[in-house]
Amino acid sequence: MWWRSPSFILDRQQQQQNDSVPPNPESLFLSSPPPSMADSVQNPKSNISAYYQTRAAHHAVVTSDWLAQAEAAVGRHPDDDESSGIDGRAAATGEDGGGGGGGKAFGVIDEFNSWRKQPDLAEAVAAIFALAAVIRASQATTMMELEIELKKASDSLKSWDTTSISLTAGCDLFMRYVTRTSALEYEDFNSAKSRLIERAEKFGEISCKARRIIAMLSQDFIFDGCTILVHGFSRVVLELLKTAAQNKKLFRVFCTEGRPDRTGLRLSNELAKLDVPVKLLIDSAVAYTMDEVDMVFVGADGVVESGGIINMMGTYQIALVAHSMNKPVYVAAESYKFARLYPLDQKDMGPALRSIDFGVPIPSKVEVETSARDYTPPQYLTLLFTDLGVLTPSVVSDELIQLYL
Amino acid sequence: MDSRRSARTVSDPKVRQVGFFTQPPPPDRSISDPPRLHDPIQSSSPSSPPVNDNSPSGNSLSPVMIPPPRHHSDTLLRAALQATSPTTSFSYSARTVTVPQENDDVSSFSPGRRIVSGKSPSSFPGVKASSVPASELTTVSVVNLPPGISEKSGGAAVEVQNDRPARSKPLKEKTSKAERRALQEAQRAAKAAAKAEGSKAPAAASKVGTSANTKPSKAAKPPSQKNDGSQVAAEKKGGDRAPEKDRKKDAPHPRMQYDDTSRVEKAKKRAVVKQTEARNRVELFRHLPQYEHGTQLPDLETKFFELNPMHPAVYKVGLQYLSGDICGGNARCIAMLEAFKEAIKDYSTPPEKTLIRDLTARISSYVSFLIECRPLSISMGNAIKFLKSRIAKLPLSLSESEAKASLMLDIDRFINEKIILADKVIVKHAVTKIRDGDVLLTYGASSAVEMILLHAHELGKQFRVVVVDSRPKLEGQLLLRRLVRKGLSCTYTHVNAVSCIMHEVTRVFLGASSVLSNGTVYSRVGTACVAMVAHALHVPVLVCCEAYKFHERVQLDSICSNELGNPDAISKVRGREEINYLDGLVNCENLQLLNLIYDATPSDYVSMVITDYGMVPPTSVPVIVREYRREHLWS
Repeated sequence: MWWRSPSFILDRQQQQQNDSVPPNPESLFLSSPPPSMADSVQNPKSNISAYYQTRAAHHAVVTSDWLAQAEAAVGRHPDDDESSGIDGRAAATGEDGGGGGGGKAFGVIDEFNSWRKQPDLAEAVAAIFALAAVIRASQATTMMELEIELKKASDSLKSWDTTSISLTAGCDLFMRYVTRTSALEYEDFNSAKSRLIERAEKFGEISCKARRIIAMLSQDFIFDGCTILVHGFSRVVLELLKTAAQNKKLFRVFCTEGRPDRTGLRLSNELAKLDVPVKLLIDSAVAYTMDEVDMVFVGADGVVESGGIINMMGTYQIALVAHSMNKPVYVAAESYKFARLYPLDQKDMGPALRSIDFGVPIPSKVEVETSARDYTPPQYLTLLFTDLGVLTPSVVSDELIQLYL
Repeated sequence: MDSRRSARTVSDPKVRQVGFFTQPPPPDRSISDPPRLHDPIQSSSPSSPPVNDNSPSGNSLSPVMIPPPRHHSDTLLRAALQATSPTTSFSYSARTVTVPQENDDVSSFSPGRRIVSGKSPSSFPGVKASSVPASELTTVSVVNLPPGISEKSGGAAVEVQNDRPARSKPLKEKTSKAERRALQEAQRAAKAAAKAEGSKAPAAASKVGTSANTKPSKAAKPPSQKNDGSQVAAEKKGGDRAPEKDRKKDAPHPRMQYDDTSRVEKAKKRAVVKQTEARNRVELFRHLPQYEHGTQLPDLETKFFELNPMHPAVYKVGLQYLSGDICGGNARCIAMLEAFKEAIKDYSTPPEKTLIRDLTARISSYVSFLIECRPLSISMGNAIKFLKSRIAKLPLSLSESEAKASLMLDIDRFINEKIILADKVIVKHAVTKIRDGDVLLTYGASSAVEMILLHAHELGKQFRVVVVDSRPKLEGQLLLRRLVRKGLSCTYTHVNAVSCIMHEVTRVFLGASSVLSNGTVYSRVGTACVAMVAHALHVPVLVCCEAYKFHERVQLDSICSNELGNPDAISKVRGREEINYLDGLVNCENLQLLNLIYDATPSDYVSMVITDYGMVPPTSVPVIVREYRREHLWS
């Protein structure tokens, strides 16, 4: 699903910027088309993209710092070994199983946490990088072993925060994307492993670019003089609005307050810095102002299989109001947030609870709804802006099926 | 689906010909010159197709139009005359068919027939075949009049269904010139006879028919053979070689339009099962086959030993379909596959034939037999397609025994993976959607839903079940019985009360016969109603359906493709004679009874489809169909 990501939209921009500048390796890789899976299956040596060729030329010194860091963490270069038969995978695992598990001094959680410290990096992307590092650091000698190791790492990541949908989804997608390649069947272990690493890197790279791609894709939907209602603080939506502002689009933004986290206040601060006209609303004023609004932009914690989204509390009611007034509701979400969940109604998902401060003491007899997010069914959403392109809600499931089947 | 596809390729040209030519010219037409000369003329007459199309419904028939089909082949002059007239002779004959259809007198015959067949020993074909009356029995039910008779004499209108093949027979492939001439004479004679002594004719004809029938005729082409009328029968025998072959070739299209008279006739000629068509069909549903129920079974049983190409296991399954002993998508599919497995086990390639081709043809003939017993379900269609693709892909190097073994293995694999395992996966997924305190509603009896409910109960979930049921089958009672025995707390109600009970329901679980490409759920009639009520009250509707039942077809309503059940089932209440108000009215011309078997639920009403590939929205069904197909191609 990723190899046809519309990252060309970035490339175009990049090319425009670099028109005068002679291409350095970095921009070369950005402007080269992503290697298609079908191509790279045949022979990793001849069909690899310019990016990987550059990397090879630099003796496996990769351009992005996280890769360098991960490389350093490995310490050991996997050398040739005799268990080349992927055919005899199970048997090989039986014989020299335990070889990988014993001397493992690599903590996926630590890795994950170190990545997570980067402010702009989403949790899921951090997890993806951490998992890529796991493959790199792995001392497994068979595919099976490597897969098991990877599985373990992703499970521990997932259990680190069970309520985060994007973390779980990111791990699952990574596992799928990286391990699901028919090329593995025909190569010896080392090339298969480097294949995996390659794919892992590509996945990380795409995930990194996702936000930019979405921002570029959504530009066409913002027209001069429009009023945008935004709910909650979403980095994608912010990026999107920022890009629009940089492109000299004239628009104004209504920010909901986003009680109790005051996420709306935060967003309005950011937007004010960009000189975008902002108006703050209390959460209950959505219907009151909906008349003036031209479109609604929301982010998403997770995009579920039905094409609906799980997002901060209040998204559902905004979508309902917008739907009843025939205003479009756009969701900006990276594709690593696509989760294999299918909630039927609001209560049909693991609750993410939080404490709410009402400012005054609440009598103990009074119950407080502490759920932090709600589920918006697909029929209330107009379009999803993802790094796979602009999708209708029903396409989400198609993409997921193609990946998971 | 292979069957479907191949059938389509076979029949497509025919469709075209029905449109422009009145009837596809018989293959060996070339032998006889006159008809061949005039066929083009006929076909060129532009008005003929509409006439033909109207024919099933148009009962406004003037006796002037009655010339029996073959007259023109006799004399050039006549043929020329006919050719100039706007309508062709054949389309007349097609019209004439419809006259008796509306006729009340039909009924006078069919009860008698039922009585006759009722006499026969019921359960075992073996018993029947050995007994002498059996042969008589078949013939009586098969009696055919020369076409002229039925047209003229009101009393003779009796034989609607058997009449049709009679008329179409001359157009059939294997008639030679001599035969045809003989037939024409017969027809003329019959016509004259009919004019002379209207009601006596049928008896005579039937007698002749009997005599013709008692000859050891080949099994495959019973109706067509006999109805050729009296004198011809003897000479006829030369003409019927290889009926078996025909049968294989044009197995009736699973979705044949039953208001297309010419094609119905053709299909009927090939039919093993003689289905009697019901008289009063509801206008919108004329294109669907509707048969008199309960008449064919004994008749079919008698033919057990005549049907040499039919494997006993297949035969048995067919009878079970016919009698309704096996129903439900999965059960029918498994039964069919098991029967095919038996048949493959006992199969040996005839000399000078290749296994791949011959076995495919054999399977096709089995399938057409099963279709005659009851229209295929989509699940069965998919299974057949699978089997045929497996046969087609057998490597030529395999020996017969190896090939058979691999096929049997494939069938087992299909049953295991696509049905049994798939159900397990569905149960696993669906159970996650059941929470404590839920009230689950189900409609009818779906095996998948039953497994889900039982499994959730085993897991100790606390929930209540509402079983909604409907007349006439009352399948829900069976489900209810099994659930109650396992200790689930249940509520039982009829579909009439569904809007009341829906208020307390939190989930609706439905089974499906098929899920189509646009997300439409094709299921037991009444499902759409339940789903609609649930949708209106914002209760999520979960459809449980194995992926092998998915189909790439798109259907917007439940009219174009459906199955008609026995109209008696809805007009009569068993065991309550005093409230059978419709008793005398069933054959009344202005009463049409409609007993639909399936309906189509629009995808808007479906929140989720639970399949062996997980839980997907109904909009994703085409994706699964696509992926699933690919898997088929690969494996």
